[in-house]
Amino acid sequence: MRENLHRFFRAARGAGVHVSPAESIDAMRAVSQVGLTNRAILRDTLLLTLAKSQDEKLALGDCFDLFFSQPEPRQDQPEANDNDEPSQGSDQSASSGSDSDAGGGQPQQRLGPLAQMLLSQDRNAIQAAIASASGAASLSDIRYSTQRGIFSSRILDAMGLQRLRDDLDELTGTNPALAERLRAALDALREAVRDTVSQGLALYAREEAENLRNEILRNAPLARIERRQVAEMRALIRQIARRLRERYSKPRKRQRRGHLDVRRTLRRNAAWGGVPFLTAWKRKHRDRPKIVALCDVSGSVAQVSDFFLLLIHSLHEVVDDVRSFAFSSHLIEVSEILEKKSPEEAMAEIMSKVGFGSSDYGSALVDFEKDFMSALTPQTTVIVLGDARSNNLDPRADILRRISERSKRLVWLNPEGRLAWGFGDSEMPRYATFCSVVRQCATAQQLERAVSDIVATYQ
Amino acid sequence: MADQKASTAIEAVESGLAAQGYIASRQIATAVYLSQQIEKPILVEGPAGVGKTELAKAIAAWRGKKMIRLQCYEGLDEAKALYEWKYAKQLLYTQILKDKLGEVLGGAQTLHAALDQLHDFGDVFFSKEFVEPRPLLQALEQPGGCVLLIDEIDKSDAEFESLLLEILSDFQVTIPELGTVSAITPPTVILTSNSERDLGDALKRRCLHLHIGFPEQRLEERIVESRVPGISQTLRRQMVGFIHEIRSLDLKKLPSVSETIDWARVLVLLQASELDTEIVKDTLNVLLKYEADIEAATPQVTTFIAKAARSNVFG
Repeated sequence: MRENLHRFFRAARGAGVHVSPAESIDAMRAVSQVGLTNRAILRDTLLLTLAKSQDEKLALGDCFDLFFSQPEPRQDQPEANDNDEPSQGSDQSASSGSDSDAGGGQPQQRLGPLAQMLLSQDRNAIQAAIASASGAASLSDIRYSTQRGIFSSRILDAMGLQRLRDDLDELTGTNPALAERLRAALDALREAVRDTVSQGLALYAREEAENLRNEILRNAPLARIERRQVAEMRALIRQIARRLRERYSKPRKRQRRGHLDVRRTLRRNAAWGGVPFLTAWKRKHRDRPKIVALCDVSGSVAQVSDFFLLLIHSLHEVVDDVRSFAFSSHLIEVSEILEKKSPEEAMAEIMSKVGFGSSDYGSALVDFEKDFMSALTPQTTVIVLGDARSNNLDPRADILRRISERSKRLVWLNPEGRLAWGFGDSEMPRYATFCSVVRQCATAQQLERAVSDIVATYQ
Repeated sequence: MADQKASTAIEAVESGLAAQGYIASRQIATAVYLSQQIEKPILVEGPAGVGKTELAKAIAAWRGKKMIRLQCYEGLDEAKALYEWKYAKQLLYTQILKDKLGEVLGGAQTLHAALDQLHDFGDVFFSKEFVEPRPLLQALEQPGGCVLLIDEIDKSDAEFESLLLEILSDFQVTIPELGTVSAITPPTVILTSNSERDLGDALKRRCLHLHIGFPEQRLEERIVESRVPGISQTLRRQMVGFIHEIRSLDLKKLPSVSETIDWARVLVLLQASELDTEIVKDTLNVLLKYEADIEAATPQVTTFIAKAARSNVFG
């Protein structure tokens, strides 16, 4: 039973539920209280002790159903083993006995246990045997889909495939009809084992596969993400945003204490003759973080800015005051769209309004200076995301200089590699002179680091 | 055999809570049973008004224990939740004793001798006398145990959560002046949260995590039955069905169980025998708390009533 629970914990981790050793101990204690027979109660118990949020509860519930739809190998195994060995022994003695006795006994009696089981067509026994064999082959160690073949053959070996082959060879000569039946049964068995392995893969391999995929995604160039990966990338960006939020939204209250507030201290302690038992402190003044984001959504960088807007969208909880603007050539404010709509709707709306055009940084900057220059204060951090490719039009770097002068910092995140800056129609070197920070920002990981740095300066 | 015992014990929890007018789903009952068996607090999450706080009250009433409630809010700190040191009282006593100090010291000549004399008094000076227990300490000090409700933990600050950790895992608390105070009988602890802020992992891992959502139709009918006894069966079915339809709308605040009960009371008061468009429109403000929500729901009322009636035929 314990072994079984451990396998379930591993499967739960695969399903994305964080199960620490301490939690697994709690779950074991709880399970020992309620027992294993009532599956509904067992399910409730595991959900109560392991899952820490509603999402995890759903994932764990699915995982539980999948896991316990399999027969339980460990409970059956000792039994199966007990059966196996004596039966094999008795088999041999019986067969040798019958050989020496009469020589013409029933053909089935000379067959191995697996062949007998297959021919008897006892489906429950076969299922139990598969389960115990997959236990013996430690199916729970399966990690990658490429391992399917090896695990299948391991399970079949553990079930006694070798003996079955010998039986088949022998039968083909003596009893072709029976051999045919046995061969068909073997094919069915192979299929059943393959299903078991696939199920095992679904249960145990998810975690590893997901980690690997995330790692690859994290370092993949945002601009060259394939269509089918976009959804996964979105999920990853959201995960990053959540992590940033957790990291930076917690300690906001701390470090507020400044100097002793003498007046308030005296007033609070008037009752004790001015002996200062309770102290009152002046609150430190802190910068309210303000971010203004300018995002290039023209055709060439549209996908990157899509992810960037998504991150800004999720970061609203960390930074109170974010204003976002999007442009190809014409620039509009998109803060409200990002705040009011779901990420997908917001992206679609922004793209339909200003997206996919050919970029003209000059006219976008003119638009910004005309309408939104007042949004900048000496506390503002301005973030520009774009490749600075302005189709050989006037870059208006002078406006960027004025933006830089009015704000605290100007950060430029460029999805192109440094090698490409300054070549062709890239105006990056000219803009870079007015930026406090210039960074390459082509992968999710770089994006995370860049945003993390920006937010960290406000803590 | 242990299994049999467990499932009957869980049923006992269900019926025990039901006797207090709290209709619990099997999951809730399992959580209550487990928290007792492995001495772990329950963290209850879910939308407002589904009976998170009620659960604590029902457990206390069922077990005949005192309920101590700590309402959390932003800025809640040690002094208000755990204990407060009564400096003023201490100071007052010192002032009174000042004149007697000569006697205590008994003419000790050196500082060392004086300190030796004073040592005997140190323990009295830092004693329970000067501690004012607040809810958390009170809960630990109940000789017969109690139900400790820490309500809306998500409203408090992250620091406060850390303060709770010692109490939640070991049922003890350390007071610097006195040492460690352990619970005489571990209290049953219920924490509630509306998920306004994400709670820390350390807190979550010390608790059983129970999510109470909107109940299923049958369960909600039973809840109404136990809370509003005067209501007829047809009306009960219709109104619960209607509320389930309302919950499928995209509203600012969905009606929860407490609203269902309020509405049932209102309908009984108005002596309604079954739902009709008129009466629903008149009383919709009991269910929905925002003008925009009422506006969104009003055009649907007739269809929803029809749907609720139809589902009853098959249900």
